[in-house]
Amino acid sequence: MSSELRYTANTQLEHLHARYTGTGHADISKYDWITHQHRDTLASIVGHPPLNSYLAIADGEAIGRIKFEMTERMLQPCGPPPRRDDD
Amino acid sequence: MSSEPRLVDSFTAPKEILEEFANLAEEENVDPFAETASERQIASRQSDYHNRRFNRQAVESADAFKEGDSEESGYKEAMRLAKLEREEIRVRRAIEEKERRQRDEDQERMELDKTPPREEFEAAAKELFEISAGSKRKRRWDVGESDETKPESENIDVSQDDSLAPKKRRSRWDATPSESMATVIALDTSSKRSRWDQAPAPEDDTPVPMQPIYMNAPGLVEDKHNRFLTDEELDALLPPTGYAIVTPPPGYASVQAPARKLLATPTPVFTGFHMQDETESSAMAAAAGLAPELPTEIPGVGSLAFFKAEDAQYFAKILKEEDETQLSVDEMKERKIMRLLLKIKNGTPPVRKTALRQITDKAREFGAGPLFDKILPLLMERTLEDQERHLLVKVIDRVLYKLDDLVRPYVHKILVVIEPLLIDEDYYARVEGREIISNLSKAAGLAHMISTMRPDIDHADEYVRNTTARAFSVVASALGIPSLLPFLKAVCRSKKSWQARHTGIRIVQQIAIMMGCAVLPHLRNLVDAIAHGLQDEQQKVRTMTALGLAALAEASAPYGIESFDSVLKPLWNGVRVHRGKGLAAFLKAIGFIIPLMDPEYANYYTKGVNPILIREFGTSDEEMKKIVLKVVKQCAATEGVTAEYIKMEILPDFFKAFWVRRMALDRRNYRQVVDTTVELAQKAGVSVIVGKIADGLKDDAEPYRKMVMETITKVVATLGAADIDEGLEVRLVDGIIYSFQEQTTEDQVMLDGFGTVVNALGIRVKPYLTQIVSTVLWRLNNKSAKVRQQAADLTTRLAVVIKQCGEDGLLSKLGVVLFEQLGEEYPDTLGSIIAALGAIANVVGMTQMQPPVKDLLPRMTPILRNRHEKVQEASINLIGRIADRGAEFVPAREWMRICFELLDLLKAHKKGIRRAAVNSFGYIAKTLGPQDVLSVLLTNLRVQERQSRVCSTVAIAIVAETCGPFTCIPAILAEYRTAELNVRTGCLKALSFVFEYVGPQSAYYCDSVVTMLEDALTDRDLVHRQTASTIVKHLALGVAGLGCEDSMLHLMNLVWPNCFETSPHVIGAVMEAIEAMRVTLGPGVLLSYVLQGLFHPARKVREVYWRIYNSLYLGAADALVPFYPDFSELSEGPNVFDRHPLQMFI
Repeated sequence: MSSELRYTANTQLEHLHARYTGTGHADISKYDWITHQHRDTLASIVGHPPLNSYLAIADGEAIGRIKFEMTERMLQPCGPPPRRDDD
Repeated sequence: MSSEPRLVDSFTAPKEILEEFANLAEEENVDPFAETASERQIASRQSDYHNRRFNRQAVESADAFKEGDSEESGYKEAMRLAKLEREEIRVRRAIEEKERRQRDEDQERMELDKTPPREEFEAAAKELFEISAGSKRKRRWDVGESDETKPESENIDVSQDDSLAPKKRRSRWDATPSESMATVIALDTSSKRSRWDQAPAPEDDTPVPMQPIYMNAPGLVEDKHNRFLTDEELDALLPPTGYAIVTPPPGYASVQAPARKLLATPTPVFTGFHMQDETESSAMAAAAGLAPELPTEIPGVGSLAFFKAEDAQYFAKILKEEDETQLSVDEMKERKIMRLLLKIKNGTPPVRKTALRQITDKAREFGAGPLFDKILPLLMERTLEDQERHLLVKVIDRVLYKLDDLVRPYVHKILVVIEPLLIDEDYYARVEGREIISNLSKAAGLAHMISTMRPDIDHADEYVRNTTARAFSVVASALGIPSLLPFLKAVCRSKKSWQARHTGIRIVQQIAIMMGCAVLPHLRNLVDAIAHGLQDEQQKVRTMTALGLAALAEASAPYGIESFDSVLKPLWNGVRVHRGKGLAAFLKAIGFIIPLMDPEYANYYTKGVNPILIREFGTSDEEMKKIVLKVVKQCAATEGVTAEYIKMEILPDFFKAFWVRRMALDRRNYRQVVDTTVELAQKAGVSVIVGKIADGLKDDAEPYRKMVMETITKVVATLGAADIDEGLEVRLVDGIIYSFQEQTTEDQVMLDGFGTVVNALGIRVKPYLTQIVSTVLWRLNNKSAKVRQQAADLTTRLAVVIKQCGEDGLLSKLGVVLFEQLGEEYPDTLGSIIAALGAIANVVGMTQMQPPVKDLLPRMTPILRNRHEKVQEASINLIGRIADRGAEFVPAREWMRICFELLDLLKAHKKGIRRAAVNSFGYIAKTLGPQDVLSVLLTNLRVQERQSRVCSTVAIAIVAETCGPFTCIPAILAEYRTAELNVRTGCLKALSFVFEYVGPQSAYYCDSVVTMLEDALTDRDLVHRQTASTIVKHLALGVAGLGCEDSMLHLMNLVWPNCFETSPHVIGAVMEAIEAMRVTLGPGVLLSYVLQGLFHPARKVREVYWRIYNSLYLGAADALVPFYPDFSELSEGPNVFDRHPLQMFI
């Protein structure tokens, strides 16, 4: 029973985790992880109207503009991915 | 003295004792499983139709994706073979027909005494000669094709195939079996014409039908009594001297040889003496039963669970010890596979498991050929049993995954073996078959599957076509309908043979049956593909098309009527034109399409189809009856059909045709009639239907009464009894009482009916109650236990209504009688009696209960010891009810006695009993105060049985819930200090349930249990830490947001190090505790723990931490945003890791 559980329950959990964007694994790179954090941050700002208007006031921009910019920035928020060494 | 006869000349044991010993001696040799053995064999319990699978031929299918020309020849050959096989069957039928006619003629001739029928005999011989020569050619794969088969196109596309067809010479190979009669006559005349100038046929030419090639013929042994002696054998037999061996004269040819050649059966010709190699011969001997001891120890395999005589011939090579150094690599491989297969097939579960894993891992190494050459013959063995088949199929499944496209050459062979599973009566076998074929089609690819199965589509044998159609539907569901559609369309339009069209349409039908509503996106295409079949010239094709449409409509209900537009008209016309089976199919199709229609169309079509339905009401065909009933049901259910119409048009004929005694006798008819009537009642109303059939309750035939009762039950249960007028009410109740009293079989139907009708009538039964109750009372004293049981069951159902009618006197009378019956010895009856008492106690209440509760309960205490499940459940329910409502009527001492009895019930198998017992502890504790009950339960933690301990912990928790946690937690904490491990674990478990049940209340107790949890979380015992983690989880979830963060953080620090545990239950509990902490402490705190190890140099650490991070992230991704650390220092080159938007402030 134990081996079964080890091979089913937990691996299933990990499979389940892997199906969601933003989850990580033991071999994730610093760049990937931080990129996810940035996207989460931007999404959080877009999703919380008070934060949105706060940034709009700080930046002196329209709320819509801020929203748009945040959304745009989600594409490569930390710049292009670093070159892989191995290939 | 001596002349006096001895009184007893010898002492012997009495005859019966001797016989007994003789019987005993015989019994020792008796195999107790012999009788069931044949039932376990799949082949022996299946029908002839299923066993037709043994007649199938499998061909090696070429791999279409390999280079070289093998592809064309493979497919072409397969088609040619299929054709030849068809011809073979045709000719065989023709011969049979001819023989039959000849016999008839002979008969006449004998009577008329005319010339001997020698000419006919010769003609038959000649024809046979031709056939056998033809069949011989069939085996010669290397020879070029005969001109009949030359023009065969290798293209898969059948429509193209058909376009080529007219160009080729019209040959009789194309003839359908229906024409075979004509062909026979043609053959006949031609042979008659040339009869006279024929050379005499060789003697000994009895018609030898061609042997089918069985896949399971592992070496054919000719009867050794008939074979010729070889020179060596003669040398051994005869003395060496005293005679001379004469050489045969020149020109002499042995007479047997040519005769043999002429007859040339395709079975391996026996040429001289065949010296068996030693291993094989011993195995053969074993197979023949010469060596009755079957081995259970096989060298290199170990001990097996069983070994059958039939196994010996398959596993001959590994039964004997042999020198492995002498073997070639391939032979070694073969033996390895055989050993593994034997282990899987006959081994014990652990042996089987490892062998299965090995064969899976090494599948590619072994190769598809050697593997399937061994597996498939085993699956075709006639003595195969379910378990063996299951295991072998499992092997194929596993191996398929590994082999992937290497299986291509074996696709057909596998299909021949697996397809029969698709029509197996066992559901799981069908599922297994589907699984394999779907995997197979994924591995081999669509094109290959089509080219492999194409030849079987117009196979002469209906069995083959049937299974092939099912296999195709599996392929369609595995690879998607769209990919198969072009092929299906082509097949359904095939001009070459009606069999192909028939099979194509059947594939569509099977797809619909198998895939259900998943056909909807392709509905129009599928309907269009088969629509033209409604006008086919072949009756069978038309029928199948109608069935296919019915299946499609059933699968797509309630959508997709627009897709059926094109077929409505032909179906409609077909219904008017057809008779018999064809009509049944068309009606079925219409019946399934009508529910999809808009109300007004449905109404129109129902009206149109009704005359035909009514005409067919009187049919004697069972199948037609069922379909008619089904269609009536579907028509009645549609919105557009009015009640008036049903009452006027359908009901009179319906009742005349179907509400007859004969219909009640067949189980399936019975079902259909009941269902259809209930459906009609939905429209026509209760009084119409019940009024028509109520008199049937007094019918002489019991099955008919039952059918009436079941229908009334269902109608009244769905529609109520408000519609029933006074006259009908009298008839109904009268009939029900009559049929209840007259029933001879013990059945739920009458009981349910009685209960349902009486409950539906409610207060209106009051006038009849005296009569009913006296019936019950009388039957409660019946001789038969079953009758008493039914009376008690009826009381259970009537209790509510009797109370409604205000007849409390009757209830207490019943109660007293039932109480007197508690000495009942039949447990089933006793259970019913107790349940009835419970029902009465329920409706009257504890104070008014007669007999008084204080008398009833002590009487129940000894009954609790009864081991019968039904008794246990009924009594625990009654006791629980009394404890809940009327505990104060019973002295505390009695309750304590019951408490001890209840502990035994915690061991019950049925969960319901355990749950009821546990709940009863709660009620009792509420009346008595928790102390005594708690001490009983805590003491029970010391017992051996786990289940009993677990239930005690649950009971403790329930006591805590009902009496307040403060009454229990101190006692639990004190008990935790016992040195005994079981008790400590039990305490922890009880605490975990307590916190689970009390929820937010735990905030008051969280500080008091922290020290105990510290101890438990730092214990060496894994289970302790696991259970403690569970407590922490429940506690943390309970106190979330209630200001216990300090103690929770402390517990978190103790739980956290356990995250590296590997035992699954422990790690599960720990992870859940950590998750719960996320809720209480907030994700930020958790993140600070997790960040420590996300990029730890040790992978084992990283893996665990990432798993925690992921669950944290999934639980609170948004909330983590403010807590992510600032990574600006790590920025390098184009990658800037600052989170600028967060750095802004006003």
